[in-house]
Amino acid sequence: MNLSTAQASNQKRIVLRAEGVWKSYDDGTIAVLKGVDFEVAEGETVALCGPSGCGKSTLLHLFGGLDSLDRGRVSVNGVEVNRHRDLLRLLRHEVGFVFQLHNLIPDLTLAENCLIPTVAAGIDHHTAQARLRQLAGRTGLTHRLGHRIQKLSGGERQRTALCRALMNKPKILLADEPTGSLDEHTSGAVFELLLDIVATEGVTLVMATHDRGLAGRCDRLLEMHDGRIHEPVSA
Amino acid sequence: MIFLKLIVTNLRRHRIRSFISVAGIAFSVAAMLTVVTILQGAIGMFSGILSSNSEIIVFERNVSDLFFSNVPAAAVEEIAGWPMVDHADPVLFGIVSSADHPIITCFGVTAADARIRKATWLVGDRLTFAQHADDVVLGERAAEFLGARLDDHVPIGHGVFHVIGILRTANGFEDGGVFMPLASAQSFFHKEGTSSVITIKLRNKDDAVPFKNMVKAKFANLIGLEDAEFARSYSQFRILKATAWAVGGCGLLLGGLGVANTMIMSVFTRIREIAILRVNGFSHLQIAAMIFGESAVVSLLGAVLGLVTGTCFLFALKLVPALHGYVDVTIQPVVMLIVILLALLTGVAGALYPAAYAMRIRAVEALRFE
Repeated sequence: MNLSTAQASNQKRIVLRAEGVWKSYDDGTIAVLKGVDFEVAEGETVALCGPSGCGKSTLLHLFGGLDSLDRGRVSVNGVEVNRHRDLLRLLRHEVGFVFQLHNLIPDLTLAENCLIPTVAAGIDHHTAQARLRQLAGRTGLTHRLGHRIQKLSGGERQRTALCRALMNKPKILLADEPTGSLDEHTSGAVFELLLDIVATEGVTLVMATHDRGLAGRCDRLLEMHDGRIHEPVSA
Repeated sequence: MIFLKLIVTNLRRHRIRSFISVAGIAFSVAAMLTVVTILQGAIGMFSGILSSNSEIIVFERNVSDLFFSNVPAAAVEEIAGWPMVDHADPVLFGIVSSADHPIITCFGVTAADARIRKATWLVGDRLTFAQHADDVVLGERAAEFLGARLDDHVPIGHGVFHVIGILRTANGFEDGGVFMPLASAQSFFHKEGTSSVITIKLRNKDDAVPFKNMVKAKFANLIGLEDAEFARSYSQFRILKATAWAVGGCGLLLGGLGVANTMIMSVFTRIREIAILRVNGFSHLQIAAMIFGESAVVSLLGAVLGLVTGTCFLFALKLVPALHGYVDVTIQPVVMLIVILLALLTGVAGALYPAAYAMRIRAVEALRFE
């Protein structure tokens, strides 16, 4: 267990845990994660920094059950991420994803995009609509709810993606370069909103980013290099 | 609602491709409806000839076609004398040809036959029927294509016949046929002393079973069937029906391939979207349901469009003078239902592989897909 893990476990309940996680591609020829040990406590905001290809996104994907690991163990809220049934529950209720590209469906409106997770989880229409109005209000998108994605600015799209990720009230938000495709000004504004909303909602945030300025505003900043989390960097 | 929108969104996004798929199914459905309806109409008309003012038909057992059936005159005479029989009409079927018309159905009937008695005589006098061996009565359409009028002499087959009347019936086969006195037809077709069938009218319909049993007991080589039984069991009808459904089925298969192609393209062009849905909690089944839903919408639209097109086409065919009486536009509800179900089934089958492919999409790889 490295320092960052110990630090996390000394605080609150651990919601994310990676133990000796190995992951490689192309039949093992490209090793991406090489024995990662990592813990995140409830309500923490953690930034993963490091060069491209160091394994930040892969680690997030493993936490979200989007990819399978070669060795080791990944658990979310104490439940190991390995069974399909658990994966669906994980994606519907435990974690929300925000990506560098907004990944919204262009032909649907902002509201419809946000409601997709509620459709998947079978949440009733009225509850879903109430939650949508709540999140749209917090992210300043209420006046855009009926607009198609093509009509939205980059910042609005990323805020929409944030709304969608939080629709089913996940406990953990996994953000992969959430401001990577935005200009500096918009990036700052979206990040502010991100921090504000995760604090309000009590959501744990794990974010992969190249932007050390933004990363520095998280509770912890961890450096990834060569498939390992090397040491904590003071935030 | 959003799920439905996800289904139709992709169809709207690729309108031309969707339209081509819908058109493929529509043409297939229209073809199936047209072929099946025309053939069922033809079968109905042929049954109508046999069941004209009768409930039971007696013919030679185990013949592949009624044209090959031989019922001896003695049997006609005996059956006509049974107390339960109101009347028994022998009918001899034959095929003749004339210049430009290779196939003309010929009916050898007696003067008492319902076909002669109950038809609308446009010209001529029904009481003159069967007084001379070379007399014939033509159906209205037969008179038209033979260019014959009352008192004309027309060459039919190897003979020349005197037209003593022209009649109109609702039945296309009869309307395009030639009616000869039974004895003349027997001589013309070298079937002296026999007829093809006997059409029977019973005094009491409840006597049908006893009548059939009597036929079985008295004439080992004959069989009596009620009209509905005959329509169900006659091998030629069954072959025709099977052919119609097979032809229509081939059409639907082609339509199904079109749907499959559309759905495959649909999945390939939205791999990233499917990945997004997966990341947002859609299960494999929900993804498959979306793909099947999309193909069901295509099939349903195609089926409706095909039914409308097919019906219009059938009505148009009915207006063609040469086909007068041959096309029956009575579309049976069961045929419509089967056609719609087959179209839906085709759509579902066409979406099987695309749905399986969509279910196998791995979100983490697909999200890297540009």
